[in-house]
Formats: sequence, C-alpha cells, structure tokens
Amino acid sequence: MSTAIPIDTRRKTVTTAPAQSIEWLGIVALLAVMTAQVLGVLNSPPDRDMGHLQKIMYVHVPAAWNAFIAFFAVAIASLLYLWKGEERYDLVAASAAEVGTLFTGLTLALGSIWGRPTWGVWWTWDPRLTSTAVLFIVFVGYLALRSFVEDSDRRAQWSAAVGLLGALNVPIVYMSVKWWRTLHQMQSSPSTVDPEFVVGLRTNGVAILLVLIYFITKRYRAARMERAAEHLAERVALGGA
Amino acid sequence: MDFGRAQAKSLVNIAGVKSLPARAVEEARLYVSASLLRILQTCATNRVNNAPPPTVKLDRLSRRFGTRWALRAVTLEVQPGEIVGVIGHNGSGKSTLLRVISTALRPSVGDGWIYGHHLVREAVTVRRHIGFLAHAPGLYEDLTATENLIFAARMFGIAEDGIEGVLERVGLAHARAERVRGFSAGMQRRLALARLILGAPRVLLLDEPYNNFDPQGIELVNDVIQDVANAGGSALVVLHDQRQGERVLDRVIELNRGALVVNPADVQPLTFATPSGLPA
Amino acid sequence: MAFAHDMRRVRAIVWKDLASERRSKAGFNAVAFLGVLILLLFGFALGPDTEALRDAAAGALWLAILFAGVLAFNRSYQLELDGAALEPLLLYPAPRWTIFAGKFVANLLFVLLLELIIVPVAIVLFQVKSGAGWLPAIGVNLLGSVGFVALGTFYASMASRSRAREVLLPLLLFPMLVPVLLAATEASSSLLAGNPMRDAGAWAQLLAVFDVIFLVASFLAFDHVIEV
Repeated sequence: MSTAIPIDTRRKTVTTAPAQSIEWLGIVALLAVMTAQVLGVLNSPPDRDMGHLQKIMYVHVPAAWNAFIAFFAVAIASLLYLWKGEERYDLVAASAAEVGTLFTGLTLALGSIWGRPTWGVWWTWDPRLTSTAVLFIVFVGYLALRSFVEDSDRRAQWSAAVGLLGALNVPIVYMSVKWWRTLHQMQSSPSTVDPEFVVGLRTNGVAILLVLIYFITKRYRAARMERAAEHLAERVALGGA
Repeated sequence: MDFGRAQAKSLVNIAGVKSLPARAVEEARLYVSASLLRILQTCATNRVNNAPPPTVKLDRLSRRFGTRWALRAVTLEVQPGEIVGVIGHNGSGKSTLLRVISTALRPSVGDGWIYGHHLVREAVTVRRHIGFLAHAPGLYEDLTATENLIFAARMFGIAEDGIEGVLERVGLAHARAERVRGFSAGMQRRLALARLILGAPRVLLLDEPYNNFDPQGIELVNDVIQDVANAGGSALVVLHDQRQGERVLDRVIELNRGALVVNPADVQPLTFATPSGLPA
Repeated sequence: MAFAHDMRRVRAIVWKDLASERRSKAGFNAVAFLGVLILLLFGFALGPDTEALRDAAAGALWLAILFAGVLAFNRSYQLELDGAALEPLLLYPAPRWTIFAGKFVANLLFVLLLELIIVPVAIVLFQVKSGAGWLPAIGVNLLGSVGFVALGTFYASMASRSRAREVLLPLLLFPMLVPVLLAATEASSSLLAGNPMRDAGAWAQLLAVFDVIFLVASFLAFDHVIEV
C-alpha cells in the first residue's frame, strides 16, 4: 500500500531552494563577450564588399542562433510541462521565451542596421528575415497571453500549448516564405565565410550562448522567487507555519 | 504505515492550523498513521462483509484558486441511498466542493471516487454517473426547451424519446416549443432540472436547488432526489438553510473556510489509543 | 458504437451552434457586411486603376476573410459563455475532441457562408476575370478556409476566456496563419491570372499539407486548454 499518500503529484509547485549565487556566470559571460569582440575585430580584415560593416555579423548571427536555442528550450519545457505538470517547467518556458524574444528583437534590429548600407533598404521580404519577424510576433503573442491570464494553472497550461504550436510553426513559416520569395545571400554560417571571420563568429557564438544561459537562469530564479513569495503569502493567509 | 514528516506538515498547512510546534506535527504524524491503519482495516472488513461500496468517496480533496485554498482536505464517504446536505457561510467552499466532485474543476491535492471511478483519471466514466445542477442554468437561449433537451440527449449519448415525458414531469410541456430566452428564472431552473433527469444520474450534485422554485417546484426537486436515493444512488445538496431540504436529508455536513467542520460525536468511535497532548 | 455516438455528438454541436447563429441573424449579417466593407476600403486604398486592383484582388479577398472570420470564432465560444453553458457542455460524458470537431465544423460552415457573400463582391469590385476556371478557385478557397478555421477555433478557445479577448485572438492567430495566408493568396492569385507559372497546383498541395498539420496540432492541443 505504497500509494497511500497521493500528495499533489500532478501540480508540483516550486519551493524556495537555497540559491547559489550565479553572478560569476554573468562575469564570465561579460568577459567572453569582450574577448570575442577583440578576437573578431583584431583578427579579421575588412570584408571585400562590406568593409567594417561586416563586424555587425559577429553579434547579429550568434544572436539569431541563440534565439533559436531559446525557442527550442521553450518547446521542450512546454512539452515537459504538459507531460509532467510541474510548475518549474512552466517557469523555464516563460524565462526562455522572454530572453528569446529579446534576442530575436536584437537580431532584427542589427539586421536592419546592416541591411540599410548593404542592400540599400532597411527591410526586405526575404525568407529568413520574414520568418524571424513572424517568430518575434508569435512569441510577443505568447508573452501577451501570459500577462492576460490570471490563474496560474490556466496560464501554464495555455502558454505551454501556445508555445509548442508557435515552435512548430517556425519551420513551416520559414519554408513557406522561402517558396514565396528568395533573394537573400547564402546563409552566414562558418562554412561560407572566409576563415578569418570564422574565429570571430564562433567565439561570439559561445560568448552569447553564455549570456543567454545567464539571462535565462537569472530570469528563472526571479520567477521562482516570485512564485515562492506567492506560496508563502498563501501559507501566511492560511495561518500555517 | 509510512507517513512522512513532510506530508504531515503539508497536511497541517492545508488544514489551516496556526503555527504548530514540531512536537505536535510529530504527533499528528503518528495520529494519521494510526488512522490510515484503521482505514485499511475497515477496507479489509468491508471486503469480507461484501458491504456496498460508497457512491462518493473523497480523500483529502483540496482545491486552490491562485493563492487561496477554497477547499481543504475534505474527506467524506456517502453511502448508497444517502442524501447529504452541505451547509456553510458564503465562500465556505460549498460550490467548489460540488464542482470538484462533478469533474468541472480538477482537485489541486487529494483524490475522489464516484462508484469507484477516479475523478481525474476516469473523468468520462464519472460524468456518466453524476448529475450536476449549478447556479446558472447553462442553457442555450436561442434554442427552444425541446431543442435544448434534444441537444442534451445527443451529448449524453441516449435516445431522444424520453424528452416529452421529462418535460411533462417538470411542468414545461406547454412551453416546449418556446425559446429559452423568454423563460422566467424558475422556468429555466425547471428546464435545467429536466436536463439533469434526462441523463439518469446515480449521484446528484445540486447547488442550492430550491432557489427560484415555487412550493410545487420544491416538491419536484425533493421527488427527484428521493427517486435517485430509492434507486440506490446518493445526493449532495448545497443549502442556505437546512430547513429547506428537511424532508429528504439524511444528514448534514458543514464547511467552514473550505474545511469540514468535524462534529466531536463523529470522532469518538476511533478505538486506538490517541497520542497524548494532541490539541483538541 | 462509441464512435457512432461521438459522431452524433459532433453533429449535435454543429446543429446547435448554427441554429443559435441563424436565430440571432444580426451576428452573421454584421460580420458579412464588415467583410464587404473591408473590400471596399481596399478598393479605395488601391485606387481606381483596374490592373492594380486585379493584381491585389486575391490578397485583399483573403485579408477580408481573415478580419471578418476572426470575429466569428470568439462568437462561437461567447455562445457557451453567455449562459454559463460551457461547464454543462464539458460535463457530458463525451471525449473532448467531439467538442473541438463540432466547433470546427460549425465555424467552417460559417466562414464558407461568409465567403459565399464576400467572394462575389470581390469579383465585382476588383473586376476579376477567371483565368483558370472557377472550380480550382473554389477548391483553393476551401483548403485555405480549413487551415484558417482549425487554428481560429483552437486559439479562440483560450482568447474568448481571457481578458482583452478582442486583441488577444488576432495577436495569437495571425502570425500562426502566415503560411496558410501565403499559400492561399499565391494559389488564388496565380489561378486568377490564368496560372501562367503553373504553380497554383504546387501551392494548393502545400496548403493541403499545412491544413493537415494544423488540424492535427490543434486537435491534440485543444484537449489541454479547454478544461482549465
């Protein structure tokens, strides 16, 4: 009779864990970003066509990579929430979505700044640009949904479904826009750029990944603390210990 | 019987007891462990005696809305044929109790069974057995009385030939072809009751069923409850006022701030030794 | 047997939704009129040049359908919320998918009826000439509507029960609709232009694939959002 005490297996709530300081990660991330810039700027000559403008790529491309990593994390956490029903997965999804949206916004802004002198326009309807913009709006919608729903169980359940469908939509949007119009240059991945730029791109990729992890962890900790404060307030209201 | 300290503590929290000393928590743990043992013994005895299983069984059923516990660790058994009144102040959790048992709300903590079917894991089966009459009639205003019942019959998955009889029984036969939009509050309640009867439930969950009813309507509600009980079913009836259902109620339970108010007389039959110093 | 009961439930929900909608005519008429109005405004915005109008016809038509149709989805749940009928609906011993299927079919019929009014108006206003015959165009409309309604029915089940539902539904729905909108517009406009690139068929196939993906995804996800 081991199942005598079925205490809250479905909706496991977060508790205050003794939080270790993660400020060191922030410092490491900051140093990494600085090192990556130095490596990138010093090691690479001005690009044949773009000159020093090309340096924008060192942040633009890794930011895009990492935004995708963040949204992948949202999808995984949402799936885990729907499967296990544990509150912490909802908080991970929310944190990753916020940071991912921020990085997507950064990607779009940098791309636009880079596109103006390069292509002569702030915006073009090319597949990756357009699907990144759609991705941005999908997750702005996700965050809006979270802020419009009060009940925490309902919010978690709904945003998990919306997050999953949003992530599912990313390749579909990309494919359809690609069919619709293609005038972009080849993908900026290490295989199509000169070796001098590879060092800068790769170090920046790692550095910005560290920033991403630091941001998500920070945001997750804050969300946990908010939730723990709610639980505490609840216990006080109930007159418990 | 393994009942850990953490569980004891969380139960104490849910029960809303003001800060308990560690010693009391420990004693509560022993107490609950002993209770569990007793419950097991009862189960074993029941199995031997072939006693009919309870129609409704709740085990520390709790529900929280955001940060507020509307229902705290309600444990209850209702026997076949039993009609139980539920009283309590506004906001004491009466409606929440019915809605959790009806599967409209999931319990946050705890379990419940209807005829042995689990509220969450076997929700569809539970829904076959229950008849829930909520505050709001929940009808489609642009459909007629008959059409509302036709829709209900199709959703229940039953034949439509019982509709006329049910409409007669609740006294709406004359209005069968009228749209619900024009119905008075009492007529809407009657139609909601008709829908409930149509589903042939074995456990009734009635939330203030006498509201908006004239004396004949109240008799009608009582008859419906009595019929279900006579057929071996049960009813949980939420009431403002105990006197309303006097004629049919077998017993009354009271909720206060989401928890059952325990009548000391009900606790006495426990035969094992109670640990000393437990707060009364 | 169980499946026959479930199909009967789906039909019951479709019948109930459409009967309620028919009896409060105001709703459908207002939505259809809004669609016509959007087309008219597009006409003004694009100017009186026949060629420009003809080129933009497919896009304008689909946007009019989107903006008018999106009003229908929240209405379909409003019907349940008005009389607190959602709770009894969820308490019938029926699997959840029957509710989604019923709402989906009812919304689809509503949108198709809407198109029956909007499409002829668009043909007249934008002086559209059928290049590749009307039958394929109708097929594309049908495909586009299926994807649109599947996602709309799913997102409205949440948006209609949240604060700020009027804003939230388009905010959630429209970005998700980008693939469907692109494929539907491209297929329609190449059909209207006489299918010169012969790519209407490819777009229609793509549209059919999107329909299947979004239908399955919303069917599965609906289970998780309707109860809480």
